[in-house]
Amino acid sequence: MTVSGILRATRALPLSGKIGLALVLFWIVIAIVGPFIAPYPPGSFANEEVFAGASSQFWLGSDFLGRDVLSRLLSGARFTVGLSALAVAIAASIGTGIALTAAVGPRWVDELLSRSMDTLISIPSKIFALVLVAAFGSSLVLLTLIIAITYVPGNFRIARSLAVGLAQLDFVEVARARGEGRLYLALSEVLPNMIRPLFADIGLRFVFIVLLLSGLSFLGLGLQPPDADLGSLVRENTSGLAEGALAIMAPAAAIASLTVGVNLLIDAATQGKVQ
Amino acid sequence: MSGAASASAWRGPAKLVLKRTGLALVTLVLVSAVIFTISGLLPGDAAQELLGQGATPEQIAALRQEMGLDRPAVVRYFEWLRGIALGDPGQSLVANKPVAEIISERLPNTLTLAGLTTLFSVPIAFLIGIASAVSRGKGTDRALNIATLAMVALPEFLVATIAVLVFSVKLLWLPSITIVPQDPTLWEFLRAYAMPVMVLGVGVIAQLGRMIRAAIIAELDRPYVEMARLKGVSQRRLIFRHVLPNAVGPIVNAMALSLSYLFGGAIIVETIFSYPGLASLMVNAVTSRDMPLLQACAMLFCATYLLLVLIADTVAILANPRLRQG
Amino acid sequence: MPAPHVVVRNLAVTVRSSDGAPLRIVDDVSFNIQRGDVLALIGESGSGKTTIALALMGYARSGAQISGQIEVGSAAFDGKAGADLAAQRGHRITYVAQSAAAAFNPSRRLIEQVIEPALIHGTATSAEARAHAVELFAALALPNPETIGNRYPHELSGGQLQRLMAAMALITRPELVIFDEPTTALDVTTQVEVLQAFRKVVREQGATGVYVSHDLAVVAQMADQILVLNRGKVREQNAVRVVLETPEDDYTKTLLAAARPVVKAALPVAAVSKPLLSIDGICAGYGPVDRQGRAAHPVLTDVTLQIGRGAAVGVIGESGSGKSTVARVVAGLLAPTAGTVSLDGQPLGASVKDRSREELRRIQIVFQNADIALNPAHSVGDILGRVLRFYHGMQGHQAQARVAELLDLIRLPAGIADRRCSELSGGQKQRVNLARALAAEPDLILCDEVTSALDTVVREAILELLAELRRDLGVAYLFISHDIATVQALCDEIVVLYKGTRVESGARDAYAAPPFHPYTDLLISSVPELRTDWLSEVAAKHGAPFAHRPESADLCRFLPRCPVAVAGQCDVTLPPLRMMAAGNAVLCHRTEAELARDHM
Repeated sequence: MTVSGILRATRALPLSGKIGLALVLFWIVIAIVGPFIAPYPPGSFANEEVFAGASSQFWLGSDFLGRDVLSRLLSGARFTVGLSALAVAIAASIGTGIALTAAVGPRWVDELLSRSMDTLISIPSKIFALVLVAAFGSSLVLLTLIIAITYVPGNFRIARSLAVGLAQLDFVEVARARGEGRLYLALSEVLPNMIRPLFADIGLRFVFIVLLLSGLSFLGLGLQPPDADLGSLVRENTSGLAEGALAIMAPAAAIASLTVGVNLLIDAATQGKVQ
Repeated sequence: MSGAASASAWRGPAKLVLKRTGLALVTLVLVSAVIFTISGLLPGDAAQELLGQGATPEQIAALRQEMGLDRPAVVRYFEWLRGIALGDPGQSLVANKPVAEIISERLPNTLTLAGLTTLFSVPIAFLIGIASAVSRGKGTDRALNIATLAMVALPEFLVATIAVLVFSVKLLWLPSITIVPQDPTLWEFLRAYAMPVMVLGVGVIAQLGRMIRAAIIAELDRPYVEMARLKGVSQRRLIFRHVLPNAVGPIVNAMALSLSYLFGGAIIVETIFSYPGLASLMVNAVTSRDMPLLQACAMLFCATYLLLVLIADTVAILANPRLRQG
Repeated sequence: MPAPHVVVRNLAVTVRSSDGAPLRIVDDVSFNIQRGDVLALIGESGSGKTTIALALMGYARSGAQISGQIEVGSAAFDGKAGADLAAQRGHRITYVAQSAAAAFNPSRRLIEQVIEPALIHGTATSAEARAHAVELFAALALPNPETIGNRYPHELSGGQLQRLMAAMALITRPELVIFDEPTTALDVTTQVEVLQAFRKVVREQGATGVYVSHDLAVVAQMADQILVLNRGKVREQNAVRVVLETPEDDYTKTLLAAARPVVKAALPVAAVSKPLLSIDGICAGYGPVDRQGRAAHPVLTDVTLQIGRGAAVGVIGESGSGKSTVARVVAGLLAPTAGTVSLDGQPLGASVKDRSREELRRIQIVFQNADIALNPAHSVGDILGRVLRFYHGMQGHQAQARVAELLDLIRLPAGIADRRCSELSGGQKQRVNLARALAAEPDLILCDEVTSALDTVVREAILELLAELRRDLGVAYLFISHDIATVQALCDEIVVLYKGTRVESGARDAYAAPPFHPYTDLLISSVPELRTDWLSEVAAKHGAPFAHRPESADLCRFLPRCPVAVAGQCDVTLPPLRMMAAGNAVLCHRTEAELARDHM
């Protein structure tokens, strides 16, 4: 797509979609530059007062140890956005890859893969993630992989139903009759037609992953200190709940703005295409 | 329909439901193998873990034998599976109590919370779903769409935090943790549950409402709906007599998903409101690496999920004449 | 002259196009219908005929705006003439939809749906409506009129559902009935029965009718007046006979010409001893294959046919005849359970993976629906270029030049190579679909219903192109179609399939006059002719003496529908293959003399 094409598509979005796009872009930028623009090192005890309110020095106040909430939020966002994006990319690559194999492969391969994925999808994703965390722990790499694996079956299910539907269409039959190999069928005939609907699914899954990751961190099962994502920030500051501290509200609201933003954008983008 | 005819008419669906039940049981066994493999085999040695780094090899060997860890994995799996099937998933490593006992203490709490949330959210979800479907593309639909879209994406701890701030901290209406007194009056009971039910309900209402809308809209696009309109059928009759019976399948499936979420997914809500349910029990099991308890909880949640999906499938089969007679 | 029943003045229907600009899909349409008359709205897809019909009920599909004046009896669109049109829906004005299979609610019993209009509009009590429905079922020649209403839609055939839908439209004793292409989705042999039933009940009711169709021959049987539409505008309105015999408008003349396909100029194929392709005793089907080598759902039984170099062989049959399966077997997409396919005398592998690339190149397949036969993610150039690279190793400029040549061959501008197929019209897509097969430089093209989804005028052009390509390139066709007129226009030889068996084969001329196989006879006699008295002349069907017998693989498959079956032969053994004097082979127990005498 050309630059002008993207601009035109952007202008065509309804207001909610524009808001969503702005939020998503905002968080992408923050994830990239956040730590560089943070006013304080995220670990430094910058303020003597704990759970301080907003001030010109501390825009989002201080946390339960007197650290600058804004600085911690800026570095936490990188973990939340980066880790979730990586996990969703892994999940979608694996899930879609297996789905394409199932769609163009022999029947028994499809049966076997679908059966295994049906089994895995019968384990609710949160429960699956908890079992994996209990078994393997939650180092940065493991956590990413665990979250990715948790969402593979869901992506597989969507991608398989798309791919199998496409693989039965006449244009794939023609290519098959021509003598094309399975790899060509999967990558050149089927995959290009899956990208748009998959894009929506990947976006939704990204939202689920952000929520799962923050949820795990909130429970103390996710990212381990000194690393802290937005969910960890909420957890650290639960003692400030009774006073309605910014330290707990800000990171929670940050997560919400990210997930709501993605949702609004996908909804607007997919509706535009349907009509 | 005569008695004999109806008896034979039910044979088809009965066979289908039986087949689905068999399939669900097979899936459950496969799930158990996955859970056992991940949690029972991979993480190294439970005996080593229990005794810590200072233990001598002899101590570890003795404990391994006592725990039965020296036997082959397959034997241990089938014993564990047999225990689960008979309602005895073993001994908790941490609490030193039978897992069954711990779970049965908490199960009623989870069922109460899930039941109340269902009663609260399902009617609202239906209202939202139907209201947006019939006003598709108009103002009401767009507003509801944005609202539910946001509600699905909100992290539960944000909803819970705001609810606590508003209802407990500022207004002082509701307690910030959920403690149900002994022999509560109805009022005490409702007050205790109001906040967790509300917080859990937000996600369920939004998710289920959206799926109901999608199910109805998928039907509204079918030619029989236009035909019904051209017969002069009113909007109300169209939705309730023509569309909903055809949308039963996807709707009950959506409900099964939402209810299974209420059963096992209330992790954050139970933690925030210090509510002693099964989900927070499972989190404790993860934290303390209490594998027998963890496995039992995981199996319970998966079994519930499969059961709910099976019920949904059965309802969908009975609602569809084609499957009913198949 | 009494006041007309239906008056339409300056009707316009506007939709929003994709770029937001208003688009008139119906423009300045005016007509009257006298009480008791039937007016046909005829036109190709996009002519606005259905839109106009729906506007008569005050109904516009989502997003469309109706303007102008519509009056039906005492009701008007704007409500001025007493009652509102929309309130008449399903009561005084009723509708028969194109596909009854889709237009009935799948989860409700048919009788409930049929009597629903009467109950909603309070024209009858439930018991009265039920009784009336049973009368209508009987009048429409539905089997078991007393109980058929207790079934669900999926349990009945398309022709039966279409008649039930007519019963639903008549249950309120309406003044105006709108038929929207009610027989288009049906097989031609079913269409006759449904048309006869419709005509009978509409006349009995004395209702005014609007009959929407693309098929002039069908309309000639049903209507008194014809309104010819093109792109939302009226081209001509006149009495049926006048339009058919002395059309005034050029567009009407084009339509009429296209409705009478002429035999395309074809070379007489020299009788060669060695056929290009021969299919010998093919059996094929879907599902697991049992020990006797029969598929769980057999489709083809012992099908044999041969195609000479440069010949065009037509395969004709109704839905379920297995005609498309023949093409799939030849292409190697479905492995037969028995029999062989040979190319130039060399047996071909059962499926694609057992054939060499050269063998695959020589046989190309073209599917019916270009919308799903062309990958929407690729440009026209990509689609053709891939074939060139795959079979001929062509790349770069050489390939580009060849793509341009191919496009020229199918009469499309070279600039189209960069376009996506979604930007092309239906006819253009079908040409690209053909060009892809031509790119391989094949000896044989399998054409699977390639003209069925097209409007008549476009269909004519594609048939013309096919005939030309055959003449210029010497390519042979296996041409599969449900429409005998199309097949006759293009092919030198015709094979008739019924439920997967070849019941007749022979040269085109053999199909000009009897004797035929009884099924061929039924097929040919069911094609409506472009004259108003055809339907009345189609003899009332002789009953089939073995209608009660279930179809069996060990007997003639046509037995349950055959009007000339004889006891002691047809219900006992498989029929023999008889050679007729005209050179056609017929699979039947009856002799040539009997078949010539008993034809319909």
